[in-house]
Amino acid sequence: MVPELGHFALILALAITLVQAVLPLAGSFTGNRTWMAMARPLAWGQLTFTSIAFGCLLLAFLTDDFSVIYVASNSNTLMPLIYKISAVWGAHEGSLLLWALMLAAWGAAVAAYSKNLPLPMVARVLAVMGMVAIGFLLFMLLTSNPFERIYPAPLEGRDLNPLLQDPGLAIHPPMLYMGYVGFSVAFAFAIAALLGGKLDAAWARWSRPWTAIAWVFLTIGIALGSWWSYYELGWGGWWFWDPVENASFMPWLVGTALIHSLAVTEKRAAFKSWTVLLAISAFSLSLLGTFLVRSGVLTSVHAFATDPARGSFILLFLCVVIGGSLALYAWRAADISGGGRFDLLSRESFLLINNLLFTALTILVLFGTLAPLIYEAAGWGKISVGFPWFNKMFVALSPLLVLATGIGPNTRWKHDEPARLLRALWLAAGLGIAAFLLVSWPGFSARDIGVGVGIGMSLWLVVTHLASLRDRLKHKGGLRALRRDINPSSRSYYGMQLAHLGLAVFIVGVTMVSNDGVETDVRMSPGDVHVHEASGYRFQFNGVTAVPGPNYRAQRGEFVVYDGEREIAVLHPEKRHYLSGGMPMTEAAIDAGLLRDIYISLGEPIGSSGDWALRLYYKPYVRWIWLGAILMALGATVSASDRRYRSVRNRAPAPAGAAEAVA
Amino acid sequence: MKGSKTRALIPLGIFLALAALLFYGLQLDPRKVPSPLIGKPVPAFELTSLKDPQQRLDRELLLGEVSLVNVWASWCPSCRQEHGELLRIAREHDVRVIGFNWKDERASALLMLRQYGDPYTVSLYDPDNKAGIDWGVYGAPETFVVDPEGIIRHKQIGPITPEVWEEEIRPIVEQYRARNS
Amino acid sequence: MNRRHHRPWLAGVALAGALIAGAAQGYTLEEFTFEDPAQFEDFRDLISELRCLVCQNESLAGSQAGVAQDLREEVYTMMREGQSREEVVDFLVARYGDFVLYDPPIKPSTYVLWFGPFVLIGGAGLLLWRAIRRKKAEPEQDLSPDERARLQQLIASRDTQRD
Repeated sequence: MVPELGHFALILALAITLVQAVLPLAGSFTGNRTWMAMARPLAWGQLTFTSIAFGCLLLAFLTDDFSVIYVASNSNTLMPLIYKISAVWGAHEGSLLLWALMLAAWGAAVAAYSKNLPLPMVARVLAVMGMVAIGFLLFMLLTSNPFERIYPAPLEGRDLNPLLQDPGLAIHPPMLYMGYVGFSVAFAFAIAALLGGKLDAAWARWSRPWTAIAWVFLTIGIALGSWWSYYELGWGGWWFWDPVENASFMPWLVGTALIHSLAVTEKRAAFKSWTVLLAISAFSLSLLGTFLVRSGVLTSVHAFATDPARGSFILLFLCVVIGGSLALYAWRAADISGGGRFDLLSRESFLLINNLLFTALTILVLFGTLAPLIYEAAGWGKISVGFPWFNKMFVALSPLLVLATGIGPNTRWKHDEPARLLRALWLAAGLGIAAFLLVSWPGFSARDIGVGVGIGMSLWLVVTHLASLRDRLKHKGGLRALRRDINPSSRSYYGMQLAHLGLAVFIVGVTMVSNDGVETDVRMSPGDVHVHEASGYRFQFNGVTAVPGPNYRAQRGEFVVYDGEREIAVLHPEKRHYLSGGMPMTEAAIDAGLLRDIYISLGEPIGSSGDWALRLYYKPYVRWIWLGAILMALGATVSASDRRYRSVRNRAPAPAGAAEAVA
Repeated sequence: MKGSKTRALIPLGIFLALAALLFYGLQLDPRKVPSPLIGKPVPAFELTSLKDPQQRLDRELLLGEVSLVNVWASWCPSCRQEHGELLRIAREHDVRVIGFNWKDERASALLMLRQYGDPYTVSLYDPDNKAGIDWGVYGAPETFVVDPEGIIRHKQIGPITPEVWEEEIRPIVEQYRARNS
Repeated sequence: MNRRHHRPWLAGVALAGALIAGAAQGYTLEEFTFEDPAQFEDFRDLISELRCLVCQNESLAGSQAGVAQDLREEVYTMMREGQSREEVVDFLVARYGDFVLYDPPIKPSTYVLWFGPFVLIGGAGLLLWRAIRRKKAEPEQDLSPDERARLQQLIASRDTQRD
C-alpha cells in the first residue's frame, strides 16, 4: 500500500508541477496577478508531494518491504539503520527521487525567501524550476520508478553495494545533489531575467547568495567524495579524474566562475550576458554530469547501473533544457546592455581573467572526459585519457590562476595605476619567490621544484590577501580597526579572504602529498617490523584476526606504529567480506594528523603462514586538501550571509563605483 | 553591435555539437576495446592441444581456410551461454572453429566439453595466459576471425549470439571463403 | 617469489554480463623485486599509468583482476630483462591498443588531445582581449537611469514590506 501511495504522490507532484511551470509564467506575460501568485503555493505543493513520495520509499526501506524491487536490490534485514536510510539514495531510482526532492526544496526555499522580489520575477523563476522538475519527475515515472513491485517478494534483500555502506558516502550524494540542484536557482533566475528582458544589477544581487549556497554544498559534496575515496578505496588517492568525479568538478569550476562574475555584474553592471551564460552553463553541466553518470557513455569505476533507454531520455531532456535556454540566450543576449567601462588594469579585468581561467579549466576537464568519445567518433581509435593528462594540464594552468587570485583583490575597480599595484604586491612576490628558492634549494630536482612552487604560490596568496586587508583598513585606522570592520555588512569581503585562504591551504596539501608522500607495498608476517625510511616510522604487524560485523565478516589486522621509540598509534585495517557476496572491501586504518596521515590498508593473505600483502602510506599534509575545501565553503557561506543580500536598508542605493571588495 | 547576434549563437552551436557527440556515444559500448591486431598476421604461438598434451600446435594450424578462434574457459558463464551457438555454427555453416582455452584447468575444461558438446576442431590450451597476452585477450569469451592466410580480420568481444553471427561474423567469414575458392 | 597458478575462479569480475575474467589471488608489489630501488619506482609508476582493460577505470597497479596480474608479471619480466619503459609500452600497445595508456604519448594522432585545449583556450583568450579593448573605448554607463530607478524602487518596496 505504502509504495503505491508513494507512486501516486509522485504523479500528483508531477501534475502540480505542470501547473507550476505554465500558469505563473503565463500570468507574468499577461499581467494576471492571481496566476502569478499561484507560483508560491504550487512550489510548496510540489515539495509536499515529493516529500510524501520520498517518505514512502524511506518507509519501505525501514520496514524491509522487499516486494519493492528497488528495496530488494539495495537493502537487506541485516543492514544497520543508517545504511537503510542512506540506501534510499544508494542507486539510480532513489537518487533521482532525492534529486527531485531537493529541487522541490530549493523551489520552496525560493518561494519562502523571495518576499522582496517583484511578483513577475518570482512567478518566472518558479515556473522555470517547475519545468526542470517536470523533466526529473517524468524521467522517474517513465523509466526509473523506484516503487515498482515484484511478485513473489523475495524473503531477503540483496544488500546495498558494500562500497556505499559507509558514513562518508551516506552524506556525500545529498551534499553533491544539493549543489547540482542548487545551481538550478541561479539558472532559473537567469532564464527568468532573459524572459523578462530585465537583466540588471538587482538580478545579480538576487542570484548571488543562492549561487554561493549551492556552491558551498557542491564544494562540501566533492570534498566528501574525495575524502571517502581516500579512506575507502584503499589506495590512498584522493582524486583520480574518473569521469564521475569530473562530472561533479565541471559544475564546480563554472560555479566558481559564476560567483566571481556575479560580483562584477552586481557591483558594476558589467559582464551581464557573460554572467547569464555562466549561470546557464553551471546548471547545464550539472545535468550533463547526471547524463554521463547514468547513461553508460563513458567507462568509470563508479557509474550507476546503466540503461540505454535512460540515457536517451536524459539526452532528450538535456537538449530541451540546455538547447532551449541557449536558444533563448541567443535570441535575447544581443539586447543586454554592456555595463560600465573599465581599463585593462582594473579589478574587472582580473575578474574577467579569473573567469577565463575557470572556463579554460572547465573546457579542459570536459575535453579530457569526452576525448575518448571524440576520438572514437572521429575514427581515430580508442584512447584513454587518465590522471597523468589531467594532472599535467592542471599543473600548467593553475599557477596562472593563483597569480591572478593574488592580484585581483588588490586592484581597484574601473582603473588602477601600475605603480600603485606594484607597491602593493612587491612584498608578496618577493616572499613567494624567496620561499620557492628556499624550498627547492639546493637540489632543484623535479620534486623540490614541485614543492617549492606550491609553497611559493601559497605564500603569495596569503601575503597578497594580507596586503589587500591592510589597504582596506588603511583609512579606517589600521589593524586596530579590524575588530570593528568585521561586521555583518563586510562579510562578503571577509568571506572572500577565507575562501582564498582555503585555496592556499589546499595548494599546500596537494603539493606536499603528491611530492613527499611515501607509499610502500610490503609482505609482512605477524611480528614483523617494517621501517619507513623516508618518514622514520616503524610499523609492527601483530597479525590478523577474524571479527564479525553486522552484515559482514571482517579480517582485522593490528599494527603498532612507532615514531622512534615512542608508540604513536595502534591501527586496525580491515578486509570485509559482505555476507551478500561480491568483492571484499578494504577498510583502511588511518592515524590522521594535521601534518601527516599514516595509512595502512590490508591487501590479501599470502600463503598459509599468516603473511599478508600490505600497503603502508605516509601522507604529509593530506588533511590540508579537505581543510582547504572546508575553508572555501566556509568563506562562501560567510559571504552569502552578508547583510546586503537580506536588508538593503542601511546601504546607499547606488551599487556602482563603490570601492568594495568582492567575494 | 552587428556581430553580437551571431556571437550569441556560438554557445548553442557548441551545445548541439556536444549533443550530437553524446548521441553517438549512446550507440557505443564503451567496454569494447578494438584490437590493434586486425589486419595483422596472427601472433606466433606454441601451445599444446587441450585434449592431447603431447600435441604441439602453432600458427600453421590456422592457415588454409577461414577459422574462428574462440577464447573460452570453463569458469566463464558467458562462454557456456554462447556454446550452443558455436555448436550450431560449426554444424550448419561448416566453419572451422578453433578453441582457445584460456586461464583454465585442463580437467574442468574437458569436463565442460563433455557436458555441453565440443564445437572445436581442436582447442589450444593456454593456462598461463602465455599466448593470450600476444593475442591481446582481456576477457572471455572473445572470438577472432582468421583468414586462410593467417591474417586476423575481425574480433568479437563478448558472446556470439545468432544476431552477432548473422550481422557481424558471417559476412566476413563468407567474404574470405569466397576469395579462397 | 612464489609462482602461483591460476585456479578457475568462479567468482570473477562480472563485466556487462558478458565477460568474466578470473580474479587473481592477493598480490603485493613487494614480490616484484628489483636490485635497484629506482627501477622498482619506475615499475610502480609504469603499472599505475597502464589501464586494466577488464576492470574499467582501474590501473594495473590497483587491479585485482587475473589479467592484470598476468600483465604485471609480463611488465615485470620485461623490465627485469632490462627493457626500457618505451619498449614495454610499445609491447602492450601493439597487443591491446592505445586504450591501455592512461598517459597517451604525444604523437600525431594525439595532437588534438594535447594541443586542442590550448587552441580553444587561446581562442577564448583572444575574445577576452578584444572584449576588454572594446570596454576601454566604450562610454561610461554604470547603470542606466531606468535601472537606477528600478533598483531604488525595489529597495523602497522591500523596506515597506519589512516594516
